[in-house]
Amino acid sequence: MQQATDLGAGHADFRAEQIRSQTIGLSDGNLETLFDAGDIGLAVRVVVDGTWGFASAVDLTPDAAAQAAREAVEVAKVSAAMNTERIELAPEPAHGDVTWVSAYEIDPFDVSAADKTALLADWSKRLLTRDGVDHVDAHLLQIRECKFYADGATTATQQRVRLHPALTAVAVEKNGRFETMRTLAPPVGRGYEYLNGTGWDFEAELEQIPALLAEKLAAPTVRPGRYDLVIDPSNLWLTIHESIGHATELDRALGYEAAYAGTSFATPDKLGTLQYGSPHMRVTGDRTAEHGLATVGYDDEGVAGQSWDLVTDGVLSGYQLDRRMAALVGLGRSNGCAFADSPRHMPLQRMANVSLQPAEGGPSTSELIAGVEDGIFIAGDKSWSIDMQRYNFQFTGQRFYKITGGRLAGQLRDVAYQATTTDFWNAMEAVGGPQTYVLGGAFNCGKGQPGQVAPVSHGTPSVLMRGIRILNTVEEGA
Amino acid sequence: MNQRPQDMVEQALSLATCGDCVVIADETSTANLRWAGNTLTTNGVARSRRLTVIAIDRRGPGAAVGVVSRSGVHGDEVEAIVRAAEKEAAEGSLAEDASPLVDPSPGPFGSIVSGRPGWDDPAESTGIGVLEGFAGQLGDTLREASSSGRKLYGYAEHDLTSTFLGTSTGLRLRHDQPTGKVELNAKSDDLTRSAWAGEATRDFADVDVSALDRGLADRLEWARRRVDLPAGRYETLLPPTATADLLTYLYWSAGAKDALDGRTVFSRPGGGTRVGESLTGMPVTLRSDPWLPGLACTPFVVAHASGRDSSVFDNGLPLGPTDWIRRGELAALTQTRYSARLSGLPVRPAIDNLIFEVDAPGAPSMAEMIARTERGLLLTCLWYIREVDPQTLLLTGLTRDGVYLVENGEVTGAVNNFRFNESPVAMLGRLAEVGASVAALPREWGDYFSRVAMPPIRVEGFNMSSVSQAS
Repeated sequence: MQQATDLGAGHADFRAEQIRSQTIGLSDGNLETLFDAGDIGLAVRVVVDGTWGFASAVDLTPDAAAQAAREAVEVAKVSAAMNTERIELAPEPAHGDVTWVSAYEIDPFDVSAADKTALLADWSKRLLTRDGVDHVDAHLLQIRECKFYADGATTATQQRVRLHPALTAVAVEKNGRFETMRTLAPPVGRGYEYLNGTGWDFEAELEQIPALLAEKLAAPTVRPGRYDLVIDPSNLWLTIHESIGHATELDRALGYEAAYAGTSFATPDKLGTLQYGSPHMRVTGDRTAEHGLATVGYDDEGVAGQSWDLVTDGVLSGYQLDRRMAALVGLGRSNGCAFADSPRHMPLQRMANVSLQPAEGGPSTSELIAGVEDGIFIAGDKSWSIDMQRYNFQFTGQRFYKITGGRLAGQLRDVAYQATTTDFWNAMEAVGGPQTYVLGGAFNCGKGQPGQVAPVSHGTPSVLMRGIRILNTVEEGA
Repeated sequence: MNQRPQDMVEQALSLATCGDCVVIADETSTANLRWAGNTLTTNGVARSRRLTVIAIDRRGPGAAVGVVSRSGVHGDEVEAIVRAAEKEAAEGSLAEDASPLVDPSPGPFGSIVSGRPGWDDPAESTGIGVLEGFAGQLGDTLREASSSGRKLYGYAEHDLTSTFLGTSTGLRLRHDQPTGKVELNAKSDDLTRSAWAGEATRDFADVDVSALDRGLADRLEWARRRVDLPAGRYETLLPPTATADLLTYLYWSAGAKDALDGRTVFSRPGGGTRVGESLTGMPVTLRSDPWLPGLACTPFVVAHASGRDSSVFDNGLPLGPTDWIRRGELAALTQTRYSARLSGLPVRPAIDNLIFEVDAPGAPSMAEMIARTERGLLLTCLWYIREVDPQTLLLTGLTRDGVYLVENGEVTGAVNNFRFNESPVAMLGRLAEVGASVAALPREWGDYFSRVAMPPIRVEGFNMSSVSQAS
């Protein structure tokens, strides 16, 4: 940082990171993939005469850091010819020398790969012995992320752990038709205790999978049309991610992702007036939820983790910000959404945990279903796609049940739902109570160029939506 | 970090005490510039070195594997990585894809390593200097766009990766891969009209960003007349970038192992694969060739981990010209030596480029195809492509940055965007015309797969499932 300042940088910040990951994959109980990776490096980001410069290095030495600082300044000077917008950063209180560690009990890297493989093999073989299961895929991805950040005002040392187990059972009929059924267990900011039953009952879920798969394979195909939907958190988290999470990123709304990830219909001129959804809708952003995948103590610009509203009583009320975006539109302090996925990448505004809040004293999922005469209950995520302004989306799922007269009446297949974001959320008639709330999420939210991935969680209760368009995916492909 | 990557490979191999060992060193450097609304947004340079040690514990006919991969490795850390990989292998269960390591003698496609740089030559790197001329040209273009009422957005990146692969059986292979791309998106000042162009490049010497901008300015003019069309099935002209995105996904879905399991569009009902079946009546070929000038890529297998369509035991296997679809018939699926044993079909590892072409003289250009269109849609590119149904390989996604109505051989206006639901396999059966193939950059998959040559294609009844309000 001294080198950068000496060369004319008005702002300099430094990160050193060590990221450990391990991927285990089994096919029909046999080991297919075992990959143990470690990534280490440092990064220097500068602002020189109002222009960004960024450089990284793999050696964690003072010489390498000084060289990276010189390169970052050079990059800023080469880039100055293209810059017409002076970089300013929103102020953040100094937090001094701070340490933060995520909530977990057992570091997954303290458990041998052999033990983890044996557990996945046991689960796989239990599924394979059941009638109608022809193949089983089992995957376990684990990450331990250690970051050191310094900008002269804040020095943050942090560590967090996350893991994602998933098992998929496959059934193949002699006529060539096949179906799959995947576990609904979400990725979490927990340790290996998650696989031992803390936070999820894998034993119970695995027991149900074969029967669910057999029922899906024999299910009737859906008749396309408009239906009332009850959507389980295991499906709705992804719809929230795509249609609210990304739409309320201010850098998108201002056009900074226009050429790649896209923009947003929820532009700043609509802040406080856009009727995003029904009055039942309150959506928050946070980097503080326990076990959340986007939860941190401090972000990659030294901003402390916070919680705030994005949609209040159905109206757009906030954005996700980093320090540059906050300064650009005069929104005051950043709410701490800067993140870089590796020391080789410059931080971007990335998604907080964006969650739909449950209704205090609200209904159970069964009570929501009881309010539907002719509809569909959807659980589990699968296919997803949304347009570049976050209007038009299409999702499928793991399980679709016909609802008749307020009761589940067996599975359907070939189902996709398609809607425009504000139409969808304004069709939300009821929000489930806290007893239905589950934190879902993903490890691999993509954004930016060069491409970066970020982990993020989305909490949601079950919800009741009226009159949503359902497609038959076989007819779509005919 | 003074030790050369090839020396680290030798050091790791000399330290290994397991039955077999594969070591891969990747030396990567990258430089990038990004801009939005006619101004720079982010930039950067980065270097990394990754050492991957694949330890193999032979147990009779089987073998267990331990793979440990670390970046930023110093010479004094190599032994710890080797020992960690050996420990994982010793404690691990048997790998399903166990095979002998690759023989170092020349393979069926000849000697794998050719010319310079050789094994002992230093690793090369890129830096911000590669983009210096481009940055100056871009600065001029941004100012010109600004004064002409256009907003430019985009990204330029240049990467160089030197890969050194050594095995305990004596194989020593090296490949240097330059990869670059530029994407330019132009919008009208009110953001209601948008157009996009992208190019892959090896060194940025051939990039003319001003020419790209002029082409986009023409397209923005096309869009001054707006035509609203409903969802439905349309005769549609797909430019090479859109063809590339759909066929790249088809290629990625053409793994033999999943097909054998009965769970892909290439599975034969009752067992086996559809290799040998006709997919289209058009004489089209989908192929890869690591030696193709301009699209050259690694001519041997580099597998850091085993997976559905890769095997660490295949590291160093020579790659050569491979037809995946030959004159309309499914000719091969991607195969490791392991899956080839299961299927009884030839070994055909995946290759990092893709060419789709029609075997017919005088294939037309995009302009000629527009000129012979009575009424149809002309796309710019596709976006957010995701698999909906693996049974048919049904994909969904969006049109983006310009859908145009073509009437009586001319573009007559811009149409709203659509969500599509289409299978690239089914689409092959509805090809009405295939143009001349050119180098292209897939808009959706270009971050991972940028070496392609694709034609414009005319598809009957392309399924535009719903209208998107996005502009």
